Amino acid sequence: MRHGKHRFLLSFLTIPLILYAVFVISPYVQAFYLALTDWRGVSSRQRFIGLGNFTRLLHDPVFWAGLRNNGVMLLVVPLATILFALFFASMLNLGGRRGRAGVRGARGTSLYRFVYFFPQVLSVAIIAVLWQFVYTPNAGLLNSVLDAVGLSALRNSWLAEPSLALWCVMAVIVWSAVGFYVVLFSAAMQSIPREIFEAAMLDGAGRRATFRRITLPLVWDNVQVAFIYLGIAAMDGFAIVQIMTVGPGGPDDATEVIGLGLWRNAFTYGKFGYASAMGVALFFLTLTLAALTLRVSRRDRVEF
Amino acid sequence: MTNPPSLQTRRELFRRAAVAALLAGPAGGLLSACAIGSGSDPGPGSQGTDATLRAAAGAGNPLGVPPDKPLEIVIFKGGYSDEYAKFDEELYRKRFPEARITHRGIQQVGQVMQPRFVAGDPPDIIDNTGAGRLEISVLSADRQLRDLRELLDAPSIDDPATKIRDILLPGVVEDGTMDGVFCVLNYVYTVYGIWYSKPFFEKNGWEYPQTWDAMLALCAEIKKSGLAPWTYQGKYPEYMNDPLFMLAAKAGGMELIKAIDNLEPNAWQSDAMKGAVEAIYELAARGYFLKGSEGLSHTEAQTAWVQGKAAFIPCGSWLESEQKSVTPAGFDMVVGATPRLSSSDKMPVTATQGGSGESFIVPAMAKNPYGAMEFLRIMLSKEAARRFAELASALPTVAGATEGLTLSSGLSSVRDMVAAAGDDVFIYKFGGWYPTIGKAASTATGELLTRRITPADWIKRLQKAADDVARDSSIPKYER
Repeated sequence: MRHGKHRFLLSFLTIPLILYAVFVISPYVQAFYLALTDWRGVSSRQRFIGLGNFTRLLHDPVFWAGLRNNGVMLLVVPLATILFALFFASMLNLGGRRGRAGVRGARGTSLYRFVYFFPQVLSVAIIAVLWQFVYTPNAGLLNSVLDAVGLSALRNSWLAEPSLALWCVMAVIVWSAVGFYVVLFSAAMQSIPREIFEAAMLDGAGRRATFRRITLPLVWDNVQVAFIYLGIAAMDGFAIVQIMTVGPGGPDDATEVIGLGLWRNAFTYGKFGYASAMGVALFFLTLTLAALTLRVSRRDRVEF
Repeated sequence: MTNPPSLQTRRELFRRAAVAALLAGPAGGLLSACAIGSGSDPGPGSQGTDATLRAAAGAGNPLGVPPDKPLEIVIFKGGYSDEYAKFDEELYRKRFPEARITHRGIQQVGQVMQPRFVAGDPPDIIDNTGAGRLEISVLSADRQLRDLRELLDAPSIDDPATKIRDILLPGVVEDGTMDGVFCVLNYVYTVYGIWYSKPFFEKNGWEYPQTWDAMLALCAEIKKSGLAPWTYQGKYPEYMNDPLFMLAAKAGGMELIKAIDNLEPNAWQSDAMKGAVEAIYELAARGYFLKGSEGLSHTEAQTAWVQGKAAFIPCGSWLESEQKSVTPAGFDMVVGATPRLSSSDKMPVTATQGGSGESFIVPAMAKNPYGAMEFLRIMLSKEAARRFAELASALPTVAGATEGLTLSSGLSSVRDMVAAAGDDVFIYKFGGWYPTIGKAASTATGELLTRRITPADWIKRLQKAADDVARDSSIPKYER
């Protein structure tokens, strides 16, 4: 019986594991080797050059620009997304207080939930194209809205302005990510027993105190996961930058991200070895980031 | 209630982090799928031996095409679509009815074809064009391209007494030569200039300027009439580099172009280059650009232009076909040669940057290279070339291909420009040879036109980009 069960499990696991090994693990392993070569991407021939690509990386100003921008995104995107998502999720689930049920969502919750989740349904490419129309200077939605509300002084060539371009990109990433985390946090908040909130209300806790002392600690595991995922997303940003920005990556490298530099080196310059080195660097950055996040955000787990 | 940290959880921590990083899958891993594979190395002289690839040559078959060998053709399906290639395939089928032809019209040529090269199983013909093309210099350096000199010496279809090399437009053989070997057949002739609506200019009594001073004077007049004199494809500032580099080339002549391409020290600091950068900067400094141009994509800028929001726009000769669907009737766009910087210019005002594109290559490891060359020979026949000009509104690289055809205003102005330029057609090579300099130029021009940097900064940046390439021993160098 036990034997049969193992065979059953194995038969289910083998195929996905093989696929995973072939299409995910093996390219990764190859990337580590290729990062040490001068592979140009069109033949199976490559020369081993040791750490040459990595020393070159240290002196590549475009790579540093990418690193800097990814760093800014790392500071802003996860925090902003999580704050927005927590706010929306708590309003949707716990915001309303008038009803007899004690704790429930604000009015129109189901509609909002649908609206927030909507960007998640769109592909990244469509999001980038949509927002390009929002930001475009002359007939763009953003400038038109500013005109309509009498703020014409704030009109701008949003994506063509180095001081604004990265913020425009980050706004899009946050906008497209918030919906998913609203749903994630909503689910977590739903699973918190109502009695806890009711008890807090009886004790006279206001919305803010309830959120800080009860809701947040009880969804902390989800927040931690969100930080990791968003951190990884912030280290990427390739698709939106590539489709939406001036250059792309501009103006003047203001929206350059590591992924874009990697893509450009590989597919435009034919320096696949060098691009792989960037990929490896990115891999270790992401890995460190994930480990750090888990370490720093560790808290006592509350069970209920 | 709590989980104390322990060795177990610390390992767990690392493992989870690793899995998270893996799942996130930054593009690094995708790049190299099957990179280190079993593909064989073409190496020098590994082109298949004639005996296996070639049939006996005869009167109707000068290249010796094996009549029953299948032929795989990959066409870039961009602005010119791939209908013309299907037409050419019919012509091939008429000559070799037994051959099975596989046709694929695709867009991301590089990404689709790269694995086929690595695996040593490329198609017979690739139209290596478009933003996602394979880098020709890389293919050439890796000896992945078939030497096409046999094609150049083959008789043309229309007149067996004339060789193919003699029916190609000037520059095509040079453009297709890498390291002394002709291995790229460019099929479309492209020239660059400044576009305007002819009827609109006539209505206003404006005359297309021959000098840059006249251009600035005309711009002042246009601006006074309430119209923006210029717009440009701000999201891709390299479009504005074409007039800039044309101004410089006309002023400095071929010596300047060669000095730039050969990475000579201080080449970017020549007076001609400085003059050109300052000339282009004047357009921005005097506010001659349509407001917001710096944030417009190429389609947005070009559409604003055909809607009459700006008078001039820089572009290559594909503009007319690209804008076909949105151009109002009677707009009748025409291209003008870039004005001269001064009367001491080394090239005449009719000179233009031009060259051949739509690059057809035959991989060194193609299974039917003679069929491929025969297909290219057919493409260069009058019948095929005329069909291309009709279908794609573009000039094929065959001499006299558009004779007797009624052309649209744009294409006929392009033809006139090519005729007027005669031998004074030039092209810079640095962008293709050293893409990092091309990128630096594009970025710097974007900054220049928004007046965030000065012409002096622009020169400094480009000189540095060129010096960096010159110093970098890992970048293969070319010379012209």
